[in-house]
Amino acid sequence: MRVALFVTCVNDTLFPDTGRAVVRLLRRLGVEADFPRAQTCCGQMHANTGYRDEAVRLARRGVAALRGYDAVVVPSGSCAAMIREQYPKLAGTRGPFADAVARVVPRTYELTEFLVDVLGVTDVGAYFPHRVTYHPTCHSLRGLHLGDRPLTLLRQVKGLELVPLPGAEECCGFGGTFALKNADVSAAMCADKVRAVLDTGAEVLCAADNSCLMHIGGMLGRQKSGVRVMHLAEILCSTETAGVR
Amino acid sequence: MSSRDLILARVRRALAGVPDVEITRAYRGPSPAPGDIRLFEERVRDYRAVVHVVDEAGTAGQVARSLAGRGARRVVVPGGFPPRWLAAEGAEAVADDPPLSAADLDAVDGVLTTCAVAIAETGTIVLDAGPGQGRRALTLVPDYHLCVVRAAQIVAAVPDAVARLDPARPLTWISGPSATSDIELNRVEGVHGPRTLEVLIVT
Amino acid sequence: MSVTFLGMPADRPFPRNAARAVRDSQLRFNLRKATRTIRARRASVVAEAPDWAGLREAGRAIKEHTLRNLDRYLMQLEEAVTAAGGHVHWAADAAEANRIVADLVKATGETEVVKVKSMATQEIGLNEALLEHGVTAYETDLAELIVQLGDDRPSHILVPAIHRNRAEIREIFAEHMSGWGRPAPGDLTDDPEALAEAARLHLRERFLKTKVAISGANFAIAETGTMVVLESEGNGRMCLTLPRTLISVVGIEKVLPSWRDLEVFLQLLPRSSTGERMNPYTSMWTGAAEGQEFHLVLLDNGRTRVLADEVGRQALRCIRCSACLNVCPVYERTGGHAYGSVYPGPIGAILTPQLRGMGSELDRSLPYASSLCGACYDVCPVAIDIPSVLVDLRARARHPWPERAGMAAAGWVFERPGRLAGLQRAGGRLRRLVPRRLPGPLAGWTDTRDLPEVPRESFREWWDRTDGGRR
Repeated sequence: MRVALFVTCVNDTLFPDTGRAVVRLLRRLGVEADFPRAQTCCGQMHANTGYRDEAVRLARRGVAALRGYDAVVVPSGSCAAMIREQYPKLAGTRGPFADAVARVVPRTYELTEFLVDVLGVTDVGAYFPHRVTYHPTCHSLRGLHLGDRPLTLLRQVKGLELVPLPGAEECCGFGGTFALKNADVSAAMCADKVRAVLDTGAEVLCAADNSCLMHIGGMLGRQKSGVRVMHLAEILCSTETAGVR
Repeated sequence: MSSRDLILARVRRALAGVPDVEITRAYRGPSPAPGDIRLFEERVRDYRAVVHVVDEAGTAGQVARSLAGRGARRVVVPGGFPPRWLAAEGAEAVADDPPLSAADLDAVDGVLTTCAVAIAETGTIVLDAGPGQGRRALTLVPDYHLCVVRAAQIVAAVPDAVARLDPARPLTWISGPSATSDIELNRVEGVHGPRTLEVLIVT
Repeated sequence: MSVTFLGMPADRPFPRNAARAVRDSQLRFNLRKATRTIRARRASVVAEAPDWAGLREAGRAIKEHTLRNLDRYLMQLEEAVTAAGGHVHWAADAAEANRIVADLVKATGETEVVKVKSMATQEIGLNEALLEHGVTAYETDLAELIVQLGDDRPSHILVPAIHRNRAEIREIFAEHMSGWGRPAPGDLTDDPEALAEAARLHLRERFLKTKVAISGANFAIAETGTMVVLESEGNGRMCLTLPRTLISVVGIEKVLPSWRDLEVFLQLLPRSSTGERMNPYTSMWTGAAEGQEFHLVLLDNGRTRVLADEVGRQALRCIRCSACLNVCPVYERTGGHAYGSVYPGPIGAILTPQLRGMGSELDRSLPYASSLCGACYDVCPVAIDIPSVLVDLRARARHPWPERAGMAAAGWVFERPGRLAGLQRAGGRLRRLVPRRLPGPLAGWTDTRDLPEVPRESFREWWDRTDGGRR
């Protein structure tokens, strides 16, 4: 099986640890992922802010870079949802772009889908002795319908104490450029999410999307809360021998 | 061009070349099965209405007891209400013939009716101005409504009721006493309609 | 093209209205409490319906089919209503609808009308228009009464006074009821039951004596000419039943093809709206019922323009349940006034700019009043894909130039992997120079949140240096 990692521009640029964790985790599970160098950004920011032409250009580049693989793994719920939900709308029904999208979309998996559905693994042999709470993120929850896949994976992690996050299904207020265009509302939403996280007493807030974590983590950091944010891949990558970040 | 023609022309322009869609009805439709009396009873009670289950022979007695318990002396009884359900003594039955004024209706102690159909799942009674039900204002202005429902009138769910009703008649669907959720979205019973709804189920 | 009026002034853009609203702690508290109460109720009665998904799909399809055959169903409705003794009028815009209603009222010789809560008449500003003709319209729905007495604006589709708590409502009643009719009792408390009782007494006499009523309708059945109004308090029944003349102003999208279709919508609407298995009262009448004089005013007011839009027309499926408002994290924090329209919340964010156009700064900002979290789509009983319509409207909005420049720059960088890699390398070198607070529009982030630390090495650089970790 030829597997491509679509690392996403946010992870590539700001959170390389997440990309490294995905590569190592997959390798541990016997999958050598390729990193197609032509990839940049899925175009979500442009599409969702109303810049359709730019989004189409980036989507074309995206599917061109990812063509020919049996599976594309995306460690981000919102970028995976962008490819799966919006690419077909941007591409229309006819032409080479539409054909390319039609080939890539059914092969695109968010990380936990790839682990649980394609590899059939729920215990990835991870060790992470911390109190963790999980934020499901909107696009993972309502866009991709990841369901309990992430929680199933987390429950199998040795030493990990999973505590439920009250109001988990509520948006953290990131929403891409929403955080800038409606900064006051975004911050108010984030403040409620931060309070919910702190109420759990967790040491680590985990999610399958670094954009949301950057947002919530930014406020947790500003408040000097001491709660760390970590992408799910990094927790799943941690083992007793490899040590814990 | 009249506004009618203008609007219709705009609609047609907007829809030029737009394909139709198919309607699938993958939900519970009308069924021949009767409604569950116990469920109806429970669902009516959920709205904080008073419910009694009686047999045919005990109906007149319960009607009298309910009216007495309420202290209702003068009660509107629409034409066609079965006389066998009215006790000889007790409250005075006021007829709507000639039609009572709104002020008259405001002055009576209550109204006693039958219904056209009742829905178990939602605890709803439906009146269609048929015999024993009267015109719509009768069950609206008085503060107390006592409704007698025959068990055979209880259907399972909303689709069954829609199938049984005649849209040409004025219909009033009643689910519990008048209520509002306008203050902090908390339900409070009793605003403009009857503040007390009492339902007798005759088995 | 004429500008469609939507019952509210539209001056400031949404983010500025919202910024003020989120700082109003009383408002935040009231909204949080109310939306959470109704959210839980809706969730529980929806979970109880085993065939909810089937009902929702049927609701979507029936509405969609109706819209695609709207001309046919409108004519059928007109014919059925007329055959049943009613009169049908057509209004292309708000001004025409107001003129028709004012003329009908004046023809009765009356100067007072009672009103059932109706979005359509809010939308066209009917009360204000009637006042110009010397006709006073009395709102009879409890929440509308609170808004009218308080000289306030509605902030929610179902519960227009959702932004007011019981203490505020008590104050409004105590102070203003006397100016409109029977005063509130001197010992009025803020107990919701006492407040409801005060409203009952205040309106009782008016119901019994007023000769003309104005309503909207939740549904109008083309096949039979039947009008349907769902309500809770009984004020609707009072208005629909007692007056001699009844005028219903109804948006053209409210038509349903057949009587049977009600079996779907009488399940979808109450459960989505008030979170009840069934609302206390539903009235259905066909034409001139029980000797009443009945007028139906069919209202376009921008709807045909929405109908022409391939993506946006699904907004016309809306049955005004307000489930999307109740579940929206943005609405919960800003309330309805920030949207500058009688249609607030997620549905307002797609309906208002389509009905009114995107000429004003406010209307251009509405499609951005969402984090695209998708909760609205999940709860919508007719499956309106609100996030998709928002994104589509955003693509048509005129964007501010600094944003255009930023987006163009980002697009240029992402166009070539080499450009992205170059930027990442530069970022890695200058990482210590990133300020804690950013200027301009970016300050919105750094006012309350730290920026992530820029890594020394991007993923791309790591991959190249280590051959994907194999070296």
